[in-house]
Amino acid sequence: MTSDRIRKFFVLFFVCGFFLYLFGPLIIMGLTAFNSSAFPRVAPWECFTVEWFDVLSNDTRLLTGLRNSFLIGFGVVLFAVPLGLAGALMLTQVRERVRPWYYTIVISPILVPGVVLGISTLLFWDRIGVMFGASRDSLFYNGFFLTIIGQSTFIAAYTMLVFISRLQRFDSAQEEAALDLGATHVQTFRKILLPFLKPAIASAAVLAFLASFENYNTTVFTAISTSTLTTVLASKVRYGIDPSISALAVSIVVLTVLGAAIHEVFKRREEAEARQAGLVAAGVMERKSTQKQWFLEPALIMILLVFIAGLGTAFFAGTMGVEECKVAVREQKRIETQKRIEELQQRQQAERAAQQAAEEARRVERSQRTGTENFNSIFSSDNLQPQAGDTAPATPQSERAGTENFNSIFDTQNLQQQSGQQEEAPARTGTENFNSIFDTQNLQQQSGQSEGQSGGQSGQ
Amino acid sequence: MSADVKLEDVWIRFGSFEAAKDVNIHIQEGEFFSFLGPSGCGKTTLLRAVSGFLEPSEGKVLIGGQDMAGIGPNKRPTALIFQNLALFPLMKVWENIAFPLEVRGVGKAERRKRADELLELIALPDQGDKMVNELSGGQKQRVAIARALAAEPDVLLLDEPLSALDLKLRQHMRTELRAIQQRVGITFIYITHDQGEALTMSDHVAVMSQGVIEQVADGNTIYDSPQTAFVASFVGENNHFQGKVTAADGDMVTVETPSGVLRGRNIERDGKPQLAAGDQALVFIRPESLRFVDGEKKRDNVLEATVERQEFEGNFWQVFLQVKDCPRVVSLSMVNDGSSVGHDVGAQVKIGCDAAHAVALPVGQMAAE
Repeated sequence: MTSDRIRKFFVLFFVCGFFLYLFGPLIIMGLTAFNSSAFPRVAPWECFTVEWFDVLSNDTRLLTGLRNSFLIGFGVVLFAVPLGLAGALMLTQVRERVRPWYYTIVISPILVPGVVLGISTLLFWDRIGVMFGASRDSLFYNGFFLTIIGQSTFIAAYTMLVFISRLQRFDSAQEEAALDLGATHVQTFRKILLPFLKPAIASAAVLAFLASFENYNTTVFTAISTSTLTTVLASKVRYGIDPSISALAVSIVVLTVLGAAIHEVFKRREEAEARQAGLVAAGVMERKSTQKQWFLEPALIMILLVFIAGLGTAFFAGTMGVEECKVAVREQKRIETQKRIEELQQRQQAERAAQQAAEEARRVERSQRTGTENFNSIFSSDNLQPQAGDTAPATPQSERAGTENFNSIFDTQNLQQQSGQQEEAPARTGTENFNSIFDTQNLQQQSGQSEGQSGGQSGQ
Repeated sequence: MSADVKLEDVWIRFGSFEAAKDVNIHIQEGEFFSFLGPSGCGKTTLLRAVSGFLEPSEGKVLIGGQDMAGIGPNKRPTALIFQNLALFPLMKVWENIAFPLEVRGVGKAERRKRADELLELIALPDQGDKMVNELSGGQKQRVAIARALAAEPDVLLLDEPLSALDLKLRQHMRTELRAIQQRVGITFIYITHDQGEALTMSDHVAVMSQGVIEQVADGNTIYDSPQTAFVASFVGENNHFQGKVTAADGDMVTVETPSGVLRGRNIERDGKPQLAAGDQALVFIRPESLRFVDGEKKRDNVLEATVERQEFEGNFWQVFLQVKDCPRVVSLSMVNDGSSVGHDVGAQVKIGCDAAHAVALPVGQMAAE
């Protein structure tokens, strides 16, 4: 009994752990999109807000990238889907002995690193451009054209795999039957094979679009001066991010979930129809003469209602009282900062007094040595002092527009928090890597004060 | 319109494998012709050569006197009904039936009208708006026939179309197919491994084995006067006894077997008797020709046997006997007339038949048991 319970417990633990591993990052990221903190983080939680969606909708660079990604995605769909279909059809036509070779060749772009595909696409079309003496703004140097071509080289192989698996279930007798009944080859393709492949065409198109949309490795080379969503995001990460990226991610996740749910509804509907057909064939029930319109599907209406309700709730909760909350948080911060600065000043005064005494003693000693005087001042705590003191009045700067992104980096809070309250530092996540760069601790460490630091460092 | 089909010296090879060897057949217009043989004997290959899906390696296929070489399946006056029917699952029943008209560019109203007429013919009126997977097996079968007929072929080819149906439905569809054939009056070429189907429906049957046509005749002749050991053993049940011909007189031969001396008919092939004195021969006697010999009535062929077991089959009794010096169990069937077999298991009996019911043939390849 107990061993059974233990086993059940472990299974539950494992399942929970697995899902946490899968969705944990997504959930954290989703939460950061609604936190008013200027840096994407969950703790400390400041105010629930949807302002980052607003920031997102005003970020022209990102939106241009998004638009370009969509255009390139559609271009890839138009190019890679027919290419993949042709490749898959070819596979069914070639002789048995040639088939493995053919398959290996057409599938190989998937195995080639995207970077290589990107560079080679760029070089190849550059050569062709040179050969035709084309100018720099011709097609051969067009970021859209090159990206569509470059991505399609391997995305066409993906779509081909989709078509191959569908074609394997195709009864070739149907093709023969159509031919036998007088259809030409074109008619057979259009009336028999194409309708059969319709679901595969749809999924290949979705797959191609998504693969194109999220591609970076190839795009970064072929895009040239064109920016896509992925390249904009990459440059953003390099130059500092804010939660509007989380907002973008949340939007994409919500749309994906919505799409998947609607797809599922239609799939179930189809299955129910197939089941009904089976029953009709077996003579168990009569055929229902009228079929419900697809937009009357209760599940579909339900999903849309939930979506609209969620959207509305988030909007109201995220816009009502956000400003008041922000002011309160700011005030809170200001008070805390003030307190910490005072603490720090007191401590540093005491330290300085102690140090001055020690310094005095050493200076007497050192003054006999020559040549080292110039370096003394580098590690002197005197250098630190003015900075810690000067930043205190600078707190209101955080209210200035445009500097928010940088606030968190040079925030006095960062200095304050860690120099004053070291026990808090381990609690914060995500910002540690950046904090430690401008950490006053680093400075303090060098100035010769090592008491209490071992605790702070082990936390990092 | 109807047309005759002629296969002249047809050879079909796949690499070194010969699927059809020197086939010569003339199928009359308007007849119901069957190819009968075990699976893998090449009958479907021949059908594909007629429908145009493959070209014979040698020889000619003529339909209505016209050489079909180089003419594709969509240009031949044939329609093929596939083993799995190959109905189009994404189309409605009437769209399936009207497909041959659609590809010819016939207007929709006209197509619908013709489809309804054909649905009437196959006794499925008002089912046109169903999807194919809403039909039962027998209905699908009939839709496939209607679709083929919509193409208005001169020759309808059927590749074991009944094999997927259950026994009752199969028997029903046999009569139905025959009735449809007589109604439309076109040539039907039917492929089957089921001898019941071939014998009941066909005007003529060609028995095939390993790419060779063994015999072409009407069902009665195939059953009663098989020309080869294969036909005798493949069509219907048969007991056989091997021995040596001691005398050939007229159309009868005497064969000395370890079990006893048997007399049987010397079956002609190509106008000549096949056996002469001194030849090795097989004597075939059908179970229903064998009788218990009760002393007073004389029989030409008499064998001593022991009853091994008896099986009751409803309309008849099947008795299995051990015949002296015969390695195989011999079967005998008796019509169930309300009485019992009359002999217990283990009883010593004499069985026999008239020489007219025994068939003597040259030793040759036999059908697998």
